[in-house]
Amino acid sequence: MSTTPFIVLSAILFTIGSIGVLTRRNAIVVFMCVELMLNASNLALITFSRANGNLDGQIAAFFVMVVAAAEVVVGLAIIMTIFRTRRSASVDDASLLKY
Amino acid sequence: MVAFWILAPVMTICALGMLFARKAVHAALLLAVVMISLAVLYLVQDAPFLFAVQIIVYTGAILMLFLFVVMLVGVDASDSVVETIRGHRLFSVIAGLAFGLTLVLGVAQVSFGTAIGLDKANKDGNIPDIAQILFTRYVFGFEVTSALLITAALGAMVLAHRERLTPKPTQADLAAQRLRDYAEKGTHLGPLPPPGVFARHNSVDTPALLPDGSAAEGSISRVLAARGTVKSAPAIAADIKELDMPGTGPQEDS
Repeated sequence: MSTTPFIVLSAILFTIGSIGVLTRRNAIVVFMCVELMLNASNLALITFSRANGNLDGQIAAFFVMVVAAAEVVVGLAIIMTIFRTRRSASVDDASLLKY
Repeated sequence: MVAFWILAPVMTICALGMLFARKAVHAALLLAVVMISLAVLYLVQDAPFLFAVQIIVYTGAILMLFLFVVMLVGVDASDSVVETIRGHRLFSVIAGLAFGLTLVLGVAQVSFGTAIGLDKANKDGNIPDIAQILFTRYVFGFEVTSALLITAALGAMVLAHRERLTPKPTQADLAAQRLRDYAEKGTHLGPLPPPGVFARHNSVDTPALLPDGSAAEGSISRVLAARGTVKSAPAIAADIKELDMPGTGPQEDS
């Protein structure tokens, strides 16, 4: 089983996630695209773990998952708070700190 | 490798679908497909522990949290198609594609050699070996993780909590408010009319009809009106005409 196809798939998923973060305006969808990027990097970590024959990559992927879970909890709470005060989930509407 | 060639196109198509899905719920479901496929790829690559964690933590917990927030934020939170900065979408797609092309071309030129495989590293089984490393070499990181999780839980509680600034209205207050509305604005005192007054249209998306044949605004849910799934009054006009015909009554309709 070769390594390159997995890494290329990981790069493609990461690219799609980053394009989503740049183009989408709904804060929830932007957040989902960030999750997609984290998952793509996890795939690369696990593939390298197999290619190098030790488990350190899997441990790193495990820590990424833990941090992602904490990040999602706080991020979604922030999105909900913004929605409650501004009645909108669009990233363009949260611009009070601009001026 | 068979699993990879089956799942890779599915994952790419679903991830692309996330970019074009208008509704956040659709994007969440497509993301679920991508995550479950990734879990299978972890299993293929000798990582059964991360396979289980991916299913439980990502598809089980995180995506459910996403769906909860989508439900709380509501159906009318769909993406606006208006560009706030001119040319922003075009330039971000170009930048993203350039980044991806660089990444893929760079990765494709590197030769990773033959994969060593995890047979030696997993000799006591994947989970005991991961535990061995996690609780010896990475034990400090593991401990720090607990501080992170406690901080995240506290932060979420603080952010989601709302102080009640005014006392909760009692039933007497609500009744008084209703009478005040009636006195000042002439709002109807009784309950709202129920939807769908005909025998053949008793679904909630059919508005009740007033005596003059127009639809009663208050008889349909505000959410259905926002979604635009309400049947219009002209669509049921033929049935009304049928009922108007002499000799046929509503009783004979069934």
